[in-house]
Amino acid sequence: MSLLIGSLTIGLILSLLAFGILISFRVVAFEDLTVDGSLALGGAAAASLIVADWNPIAATLLGALAGATAGAVTATLHHRFDINRLLAGILVMTALYSVNLRVMGKSNVPLLSHPTVMSYADGLASTLFGDQRLISVSVWEAPGRDIAALLLMFAVAVCAGVVLFLFFRTNLGLAMLAIGDNSRMIRALGVNVGLMTTLALFIGNGLIGLAGALLAQYQGFADVQMGIGMLVWGVASVILGESLVRSKKIGLLITGAVMGSVLFRLLVAIALRWGLNPNDLKLITAVAVFVALVLPKFLSHGSRVVRRPSRA
Amino acid sequence: MLEVTGIRKTFFAGTPNEVRALQGVDLKIEPGSWVNVIGTNGSGKSTLLNAVAGAFYVDEGRIRLDGTDITRWPEHRRAKLIGRVFQDPFSGTAPTMTIAENLALASRRGQVRGLTFALKGPRKNELRDRVAAMGLGLENRLDNPIGTLSGGQRQSLTLLMSALIRPSLLLLDEHTAALDPKSADQVIRLTQQFIERDQLTTLMVTHSMPQAAFLGDRVIMMDRGRVVHDISGPDKKRLRPEDLLSKFEELRRANQLDESAAEMLRAQYV
Ligand SMILES: Nc1ncnc2c1ncn2[C@@H]1O[C@H](COP(=O)(O)OP(=O)(O)O)[C@@H](O)[C@H]1O
Ligand SMILES: [Mg+2]
Repeated sequence: MSLLIGSLTIGLILSLLAFGILISFRVVAFEDLTVDGSLALGGAAAASLIVADWNPIAATLLGALAGATAGAVTATLHHRFDINRLLAGILVMTALYSVNLRVMGKSNVPLLSHPTVMSYADGLASTLFGDQRLISVSVWEAPGRDIAALLLMFAVAVCAGVVLFLFFRTNLGLAMLAIGDNSRMIRALGVNVGLMTTLALFIGNGLIGLAGALLAQYQGFADVQMGIGMLVWGVASVILGESLVRSKKIGLLITGAVMGSVLFRLLVAIALRWGLNPNDLKLITAVAVFVALVLPKFLSHGSRVVRRPSRA
Repeated sequence: MLEVTGIRKTFFAGTPNEVRALQGVDLKIEPGSWVNVIGTNGSGKSTLLNAVAGAFYVDEGRIRLDGTDITRWPEHRRAKLIGRVFQDPFSGTAPTMTIAENLALASRRGQVRGLTFALKGPRKNELRDRVAAMGLGLENRLDNPIGTLSGGQRQSLTLLMSALIRPSLLLLDEHTAALDPKSADQVIRLTQQFIERDQLTTLMVTHSMPQAAFLGDRVIMMDRGRVVHDISGPDKKRLRPEDLLSKFEELRRANQLDESAAEMLRAQYV
């Protein structure tokens, strides 16, 4: 039961990662490879601040801001200096590895002896369940603290999703959505596509940094390696979500990203339970994404997350 | 009022693929005037419109619109003054977004886009009225993705979008060429309706001699990056499609003559 609740919680945290990928890859059709770096940066920055006795919420938000800045740098490298998108992302991601080591001062920062946002989960648990340590959920029992953490992360994911959804109904958000759909048209309607894409990557990597900050606090440490493979993980979640909702409407895509992220995490947990070697996990994830990308071409309908027909 | 003076544009300059697409174009369009542009393929018609719209910067010359020098303005900045419809019906609309969303995007052309909701109740009703006024019955499909519409319907909406807020200049680049005859007719009728209602200053590239002859109040003909004919006033009123065809024929002969002369010179001197 703990395993299930843990997977759900991490799935919810990583749905913020999926939102970020959704915004860059789907909304503005920018193949942004900053992800692995900005997620770790969010974790590193938040952890370092927490260790320096900052308020955990402020530290988390600054972690998100750090990730956002990284995304804006990638977009600027592309638009100002004409560097290829993939290369721009790789440059920033690579640079961030050193930056993250600098930020943390070492490769791993443990947080167990510091108050983090998960301490609020403890508070929530004692309000909800009083002194009970183990809570029965139908036939199972689970620690109240884990359930509270799950509820907290559920609230965070839902809030982020709702805010994003509302954002995409504003004039600004609508213009951003149009970039991935028809950038020539939106330029002819007076939108500075370079600037708008920069804003999109700022927001996207901000969410990814937030995911990193929360993940570090949930697992109790930040690690310079914590971002590795996260890009593929997020893409997998978005594709899975898209195939679940089968729609191009942004509201459904946002919902799908949460569902995809949670489901993907559960599938992985089950596979590990059945004896999958954790070392093989990234290989299997990559193959799964490959299949998800190629399969629709054979079936000639379905997911178009990564390559969208450009009508330049 | 549009004033284009001495603009030149060469693509791939200094390479074997060099194309001198505009070789010194001067053009002055009075406010409220409708100018048709004709010319053979590759004569520089689209390049002229793209230069005015800011798809690239010209190598030489100046572009003024409403008295402002916009030669060095980026494309998105010029969009505040310019409405455009492209040849390809897929170019002018965002396919996965709804009709209402596309119109909402157009209703803020060149303006600051902030965090107010794009389709608040009254806003949507205003847009519905504008769509209903086109008489295509699309007002009942405002929440459908625009990608589900036909080319003609999409092009009609693109036209509406380009004129939703009154542009100082309307640029139409063969915007009926990709449509079936019936849709093309419909789009041209709407074009006429919008331009006449709002007295729009218009530059319209067309491949159709009847359109060029019977619509608007001036025709310019381009050849090899230059304006070679400029017909307005009473001459334009009398103009028939045959007259334009014979101008094409003249041009073809002259160019052939040029080529045979060049051939002769080459034979003699090379
Ligand atoms: N963006 C561009 N890059 C390179 N060459 C171009 C570009 N736009 C136009 N040209 C070239 O300029 C010439 C004029 O093209 P265009 O203005 O499109 O002609 P048309 O009168 O048929 O619209 C053509 O030879 C075309 O290949
Ligand atoms: Mg053309």
